[in-house]
Order: sequence, then structure tokens, then C-alpha cells
Amino acid sequence: MTQHGPLADDGLVQLLTPSGERVEHPEYTPRTSHLDGAALRAMYRDMVLVRAFDTEATALQRQGELGLWAPCLGQEAAQIGSAHALAKHDYVFPSYREHGVLLSRGLDMARVLRLFRGVDHGGWDPTEHNTHLYTLVIGSHALHATGYAMAVQRDGLVGTGDPGRDTAVVAYFGDGATAQGDTNEALVFAAVNNAPVVFFCQNNQWAISEPTTHQARVPLAQRGPGFGIPSVRVDGNDVLASYAVTAEALERARSGGGPTFIEAFTYRMGAHTTSDDPTKYRSAAEEEFWRQRDPIDRLRAYLVAAGELTAEHTAEIDTAAQELAEHVRRETKALGRPETTSMFDHVYASEHQLVAAEREWLTQFEDSFAPAGGA
Amino acid sequence: MAVVERLTVAKAINNGLRRALETDPKVVLMGEDIGKLGGVFRVTEGLQKDFGAERVVDSPLAESGIVGTAIGMAMRGYRPVCEIQFDGFVFPAFDQITTQLAKMHYRSGGALTVPVVIRIPYGGGIGAVEHHSESPEALFAHTAGLRVVSPATPQDAYTMIQAAIASPDPVIFFEPKGRYWEKGDVDLTAGPDDDAVAGLGLARTVRTGQDVTIAAYGPTVATALKAAETAATEGTSVEVIDLRSISPLDSATVTASVRRTRRLVVVHEAPVFFGAGAELAARVTEECFYHLEAPVLRVGGFHTPYPVAKIEHDYLPGLDRVLDAVDRVLAH
Repeated sequence: MTQHGPLADDGLVQLLTPSGERVEHPEYTPRTSHLDGAALRAMYRDMVLVRAFDTEATALQRQGELGLWAPCLGQEAAQIGSAHALAKHDYVFPSYREHGVLLSRGLDMARVLRLFRGVDHGGWDPTEHNTHLYTLVIGSHALHATGYAMAVQRDGLVGTGDPGRDTAVVAYFGDGATAQGDTNEALVFAAVNNAPVVFFCQNNQWAISEPTTHQARVPLAQRGPGFGIPSVRVDGNDVLASYAVTAEALERARSGGGPTFIEAFTYRMGAHTTSDDPTKYRSAAEEEFWRQRDPIDRLRAYLVAAGELTAEHTAEIDTAAQELAEHVRRETKALGRPETTSMFDHVYASEHQLVAAEREWLTQFEDSFAPAGGA
Repeated sequence: MAVVERLTVAKAINNGLRRALETDPKVVLMGEDIGKLGGVFRVTEGLQKDFGAERVVDSPLAESGIVGTAIGMAMRGYRPVCEIQFDGFVFPAFDQITTQLAKMHYRSGGALTVPVVIRIPYGGGIGAVEHHSESPEALFAHTAGLRVVSPATPQDAYTMIQAAIASPDPVIFFEPKGRYWEKGDVDLTAGPDDDAVAGLGLARTVRTGQDVTIAAYGPTVATALKAAETAATEGTSVEVIDLRSISPLDSATVTASVRRTRRLVVVHEAPVFFGAGAELAARVTEECFYHLEAPVLRVGGFHTPYPVAKIEHDYLPGLDRVLDAVDRVLAH
């Protein structure tokens, strides 16, 4: 599966081989030296949990409980490694497949399914976990992240030297988004403003049916330098390396060093969404190749060999994963139909005569069907 | 105690922006050439010098980037005021405005507000080249979540820009560039809490009359007033309503007037096809059909791209075409 151009797999920062052996990297190994067994297990735990969540969500869609699901299968290391490098007060702008990031940010994962259930366009309060809503239009949120980072600068929360105050912003997006104008404008604005933002691109090799070769002729990480933004290419199936490069980028952002472009080279093991059929455009051999490079297997192999993952640990994690799956299933199935007139809620933050009038009209129209004498 | 100065529309907006910058440290102006140059129409002249380059920002030449980053700043409590250099340049930002800005409060269930103001010099009559004379307000009014307003006088320009900035909702603020240099008295003590808040949603009757109502906004209010004066010399009494806001559209003020005059002409520079006049005509027909003595007539642009400057005055709704419409509704 050695490929060229944007799918070349050379030049990747890697700290853990596909078989789970540590490799030394002079620059990035020190970024992980403080991670003890418990910290690595916490990453492993999140990876296992989000896969259980993902599997459950796919099942819920197949059973008609969700309208659509976009699985993150195969991208757990890139997402959880990077998210574990974040501070609580950092701010995240996800795309729509960052379930692993959301889990690590502490969101109630049942909230994430509201969008896909069709009961909410968002699902959670972004300010609670400093994690913005999913953005479905590709690349649009890269600009929001950059603007948010420009606000952080104006708030004086960059380069104070106080880790409790210095703040970074991360925009997650995929290989397809690198072709969007908004993503490129975000790189321009971030560069000229030296904004504390990290562009975390998960190159999962497929934008629905289009391979990354339809978005670029060179590795996506090469986009950064043209904008004056330092970039790094990382093995996105390596949770340690994903953590390390993100930690470095966040430190640069928080200290006033400006933006970073990270390309996490990974693979979308599942379909784009439950409406997609990857057998029409990619080979079983390719999928099998990447199944052998499963990011969870890689970390498990390392932890087991290092004696950091006992049978008790595994049992506890598996139980937690099962509980999470049951929780989201229960919560999702309990979600009823929103009130009809809720469609008028929050169209504007202040009174708008037309919305008020239309709400009133629809209410009366609905009421006109009520049985005489009232219910 | 009123402090009245005679100002142009451009200078009135400048004063309104200045006052917003002074009173709210979260107000940030963003746009192309708005700093040292003061904008291509000099509306922001002197503001960067007085408030610094962090608050009056010369942006990269990327309209989507300007609006997209403004959304992000607004999410963190700032009140960005974006200048789009010309009407025809807003479309690179159309996606961010209609898909993101207009819907952020809604999709977050009210958790986020994005009080972004987008100032757009619009309209024609200045002899400009292509893409510099358009009136795209209907495209924005069609999108829920946006407020769309246009002042017609220096006083409204001064107060409505302040009200737009103070509004918790995104506001598309259309500035009648052909009227930038027209002067009027401005009470500089009038702030966003005064009549200007109404200007974000309520029309104003600027001349009373009995025979015909003309509804206009932005650059065509002056045309409507001139038509009313001319008609008066011929014995016709015309009422003129300055709509001020396109979304919401204050149809109540218009229907109250039409119930008396029984005739309505709507005037705007934008093409009449699917324009604000079509919406107003439909609403008036729905709400006071039996008061009407004549069909509602619209006077505005044609279904062509904005034409070349040498013939633009035959495209724009001038005095003759407005008076012709007044005659036609009176013929019924």
C-alpha cells in the first residue's frame, strides 16, 4: 500500500509502530515522557469507549433510531491523542466526525446523537465544555476557530506564561476540507494575525468517494509552509505521536508562536456515513491493509507488553464501554418529538415580528384541529 | 439636551461607529482598507488612528474570511462590525452569512449569540463600474436569522448603526452609497436605546397624505419625497413611508396607511422581481384587500444585471417612473 503524492506514508512522526513498539524521536519522544501507565490507559480507555459508542450509533441507525450516522472508526488515535493534549480552557471546533474528541472533552455522548436523531441542529451547550457544535458545511468552522483565536488574543490570553490562562483553539477538519476556500482563508487570517490556533487535519484518505489525490498533488502538510505556518505530518493511527505533535502545536499557540498545521495521516475504516457504500470505490484489500493497522490494537499491544494493561483493567474498560453504549441507546430512544412550535425558538435573539406572527398563526392552526370542548 | 450637528450620511455613520467604539470595548471594526485609508468611502476615517489597529482592523482581502472570523470573535463576546467594500463583493461571504451567521443562535438552541454587523454600501447612481451598484437586500431578507435594515437619513444612519451594533442578532446594514454625501441634522445625543431600536423593526411615516402611499427605503426615500412634492403641486396628496427595515418588514405601518389612502406604490432600486416590493404587495393584499382601490404597483430595477453607468439612470426608479406609478394607481 505504499503510495505517492498526498497518500505517501513517509515522513510521518511515529512513536509507536503498528505492532506496538516504541520508537524514539529526538523531538517528540520528550513530549510523551511524562505520560505514565495511567495516562496511557486513559487514552486507551477513551479509544475503546468511543468505538463502542460508534458501534452502538451505527446499530441505532440501522434500527431506524437515527436518520444518519458518520462513524469515526479507525480515527480514534488521531482524535483522542490530540484531545488529550488539550487543556480544559482550550476551545475546540470539530467537524462532524470528531466523536473521540467530544468524548475526551467530557461531553455526554447521548447529546451528540440528537443531531442525527433529528431532534436538534446542535445538541449541547458549546460553552459547557469549550467545544463547539458540529459543523456540517466542510471547512466553514476553520474560520470560526481562527476568529475565536483572534478574540483570545484580544483577551490577552496568549503568552502570559500562566498555563492556567494561556489558551489555544483547535480546528478539526478532513482532507476534503483542505480544498475549501474557507479553510485556506482561515490559514491566511491565522498566519497574518499570528493567531493561537491549531489546524488539525485528519487525512483519512477519503472524502466520501474521492481519494485525497483529488484534493492535492502533495502531502497536505505541505499546505502550511506556503502560508507561513509550520506544519507537521504525523502517523494518525499512533495515539502517542498524535498527542506529541498536538502538545507541541498547542504550546506554540499558547505562548504566542502562532498557528500550526498538523496532518494526521489515518484511514476512515468505515463508510463516510451510513448512507455510503465504500465497496463502490475502494478495494477490500485496502480496507484489510488498514484493519491490520487498527489504532486501538496498536496501543493495546504496547500497553500489554509494558505490563500496563491487566485483565482487571480490560474488564473495567469493557464494562464502561458497555455502559456507555447502553446509556446512549436508552437516552436516544427516550428522545421524543420536539414541540412543533419549537421551530420558532431562537431564530432571533430578540423579538422579530414575522417569526412571532407565524408562531401565533401555526399555533392557532394546530389548535383548530383540537376536538370541540377541548382535550 | 440635544447636540445637533449638520452631517452627511457617511459622517453620521462614522460618528455612530465612533460612539460604539467608545462605549463598548468589545466592538471591533473589520474590513478592507478601513484603517489608514478610512475605507473607500471614508466612512471609517480617523477611527484607526483613535482606536488602534486592534480595534479597527485592515483585513486580508477575503470577504468570507472577514465574516467567518467575525463569527468566531462574536462567539467569544466581541461585537464585530464588518465592512464589505461594495455590494457586489459580498457574495464570497454569502455562505458564511446565510449558512453560519444566520443560524448559529438557532442551532445552538440559544446558547450562542453572534452579534455581527455587516455594513454594505449599496445601490447605484454613482457612475461606477460593474459589481459596484447592486441592491441585493432581498437575498438576505429571505434568510431567517438576519435583520436587514437601511437608513435613509443622516439621523437614522447615526442611530441605526448604533442599534445594529447593540442588537444581539446579526444585522445586515445596507448603506445607500448614492446618498453618502447628503446632509441633514443629527442629534448626537441619540443613542441605540432611543428611536433607533425601532429603526431595526419599525417603519416611519415621513410625510403624511391622503391619496396614495409610497413605501420606500434607503436611497429611494428621497425620490419618494420628491415625487410627493411634485404630486402636491398637481393636487395629489402622497403619504411617504420610510420602511427602514426589510427584515422584519413593518407591514402594519403600511397597511394602516393604505387603509386610509387605498393605494400603494413601493419603490426600491433592487429588481422588482422577487423583491421587497413583491413581499409588501402580497402582505397588503392579504391584510387589507377590500381597502384597495388599485393594484399595488412596484417601481424598481429590471430583471437585468445592473446596467452600464451611462444608462443606469434609465434603470433606476427616478422621479418620472414614481410619478407615473402614482398616476396609474390614481387612474383606478
